Amino acid sequence: MKKTITLLEAINHALDHALKADDNVVLLGQDIGKNGGVFRATEGLQSTYGETRVIDMPLAENLIAGSAVGMATQGLIPVAEFQFMGFIYPALDQIINHASRMRNRTRGRLTCKAVFRAPYCGGIGAPEHHSESTEAMFAHIPGIRVVIPSSPARAYGLLLAAIANPDPVVFLEPKKIYRSIKQEVDLNNKPLPLDKAFVLKEGSDLTIVSWGATLIEAQKAVNQLEKLDVSVELIDLATIKPIDIGTILASVQKTGRILIAHEAAKTGGVGAEISAQLAEKALPYLHAPIKRVTGFDAVMPYFKLENYFLPDANKITNAAAELMEY
Amino acid sequence: MIKSVVEFKVETIQILDHNSCFHGNYKVLEHDLLAIYENMVRTRLFDKKAIALQRTGNLGTFPSSYGQEAIYTVIGHLMNNNDVLCPYYRDQATFIQRGIKLEEILSYWGGDERGNAYENQSQDLPISVPIASQCLHAVGVGYAIKYKNEKKAVITTIGEGGTSKGDFYEAMNFAALYNLPVIFIINNNKWAISVPSEKQSATKTYAQKAISAGIGAVKVDGNDVFSLHYAIDNAIQKARNGDGPSVIEAETFRLCDHTTADDATRYIPKEQMDAAKGKEPLSRLKKHLENSGLWNEKKEESLLEKMAKEINEAVEIYLNTPPQKPTSILESLYDKLPEALQDQYNELEEMA
Repeated sequence: MKKTITLLEAINHALDHALKADDNVVLLGQDIGKNGGVFRATEGLQSTYGETRVIDMPLAENLIAGSAVGMATQGLIPVAEFQFMGFIYPALDQIINHASRMRNRTRGRLTCKAVFRAPYCGGIGAPEHHSESTEAMFAHIPGIRVVIPSSPARAYGLLLAAIANPDPVVFLEPKKIYRSIKQEVDLNNKPLPLDKAFVLKEGSDLTIVSWGATLIEAQKAVNQLEKLDVSVELIDLATIKPIDIGTILASVQKTGRILIAHEAAKTGGVGAEISAQLAEKALPYLHAPIKRVTGFDAVMPYFKLENYFLPDANKITNAAAELMEY
Repeated sequence: MIKSVVEFKVETIQILDHNSCFHGNYKVLEHDLLAIYENMVRTRLFDKKAIALQRTGNLGTFPSSYGQEAIYTVIGHLMNNNDVLCPYYRDQATFIQRGIKLEEILSYWGGDERGNAYENQSQDLPISVPIASQCLHAVGVGYAIKYKNEKKAVITTIGEGGTSKGDFYEAMNFAALYNLPVIFIINNNKWAISVPSEKQSATKTYAQKAISAGIGAVKVDGNDVFSLHYAIDNAIQKARNGDGPSVIEAETFRLCDHTTADDATRYIPKEQMDAAKGKEPLSRLKKHLENSGLWNEKKEESLLEKMAKEINEAVEIYLNTPPQKPTSILESLYDKLPEALQDQYNELEEMA
């Protein structure tokens, strides 16, 4: 069935499908029941699947993650929701010390097939702590996957894949584009591949790698650059950990120029890791230095100034133009 | 108008006191008592052997359970195969009764992940070192059990220091809310490394922290196998019958260093340690068994001989097990090795 939906609705469809397909799938989080989550990602699911499968949790993030770990060891498939990425930190003990290493520490006797969902990123004028992008922190942790969709179709397919994955997945949803873009999605219950970047558009002069809401800015930049006769290859990284460096490398071999755009702080960001891997593997193909367009190494400003912080299409276009003139 | 809307109490239980005098009429079957005694002896000897192995460079850091063998033995004795244990890290007496081999316990503390792979125990969680984090697993396990309509109990253990963490409260709160079959057992051994119990919490008991979550509280003499047996058996039946969670504080004394990396003489006053030794659980139970005509020196000698043999055999297996291949560092990280890690895998393979 094809349907024109938002990214948020795509999440809801994927959760609905997962709950329908497997009785072991349970959702847990704050306000996810009757309220359908603060963004309505779980709208209607509790009334369909009941309170034991769509669990309104007490207000304790570490409990949400820790009980998910316990559930997963006994064969349930928990999909946990954290209200905002800025509130996931109390759960880091469980995600880093337990979820990511249960398989390794028991040599496969126990595993943690679980998904930890959280809306992330800025751009919606939210209060303090509600606009963070700290995906690199999770990308540093062995044993987990970090996945960020950037369109309704990829949100649907990647969330299905995350739930089907036998290992823990941190699934970060770019809330800035929860409702702002609509797309026709084939609700065919088919997962998209994890660990794979998506080449959204082929090109020959320059590669742009991005993810999340920044990818939408990159798409706008691609249109601006086309008018300047710059042929851009646009890649959605999608799985932040592990990084599909093969797809990026193949693109850079073709274009010889690369720009990485993300809204997270620059130092130690995922862009730094991509840059380092390209410095190791792609130097002979590069016509220009690797370039990053990122957020600042600053606390995410309160919303009056957030547009200065977030990389936008113009910033990406200008940086790309610099690369072309190098 | 002021009126009292709710009142609480904390009960304490002691059946076999430190002079081995028996109070009340609670009965534990003879063969159960003898099995409990045997496992306590096994654990004490095993701990001693493990410390000796550490001192000679054959084992990593090890946490002895000296003086606290009664709690962990009674827990293991009362659990059945279907129940689930979410331990912390001083639970070797329980592990042994859960089918975990002595050589697996040594393997874990000897720096080998295979020590958690438990050949004969599929569902128990592994040792949890981050304090109190296991309580959250226990309620997740309890939720799964209830979800599947199974009649199983989950037991999680924690030290009195661990009750200072939010995890402990978060877990109790959830267990009570959903009436989960989870039993929290606090080993109040008076010392969280060097911090004494009186600097850990202002509450008169640790058990009463349960009341804040809506769970009844009971405190037992943790050196008395009878009161442990009574309280834990009740809690397990309650859990299996779907009657919800329990919290039990068991008062003991850590007669040993926190781990082999610690030196308790730096902070535990000698007179306190000596006084505590007079209340320890093993000799208390032994004296009771002797008074009851169930035990004598001849039986003791043959038990010690049997235990020494068992432990030495395990040590032999442990010492003669080759280490894992370097590639095992990556082999169990994910279900399948991600392509991105292939180069690092090859690097480890070359190091073999």
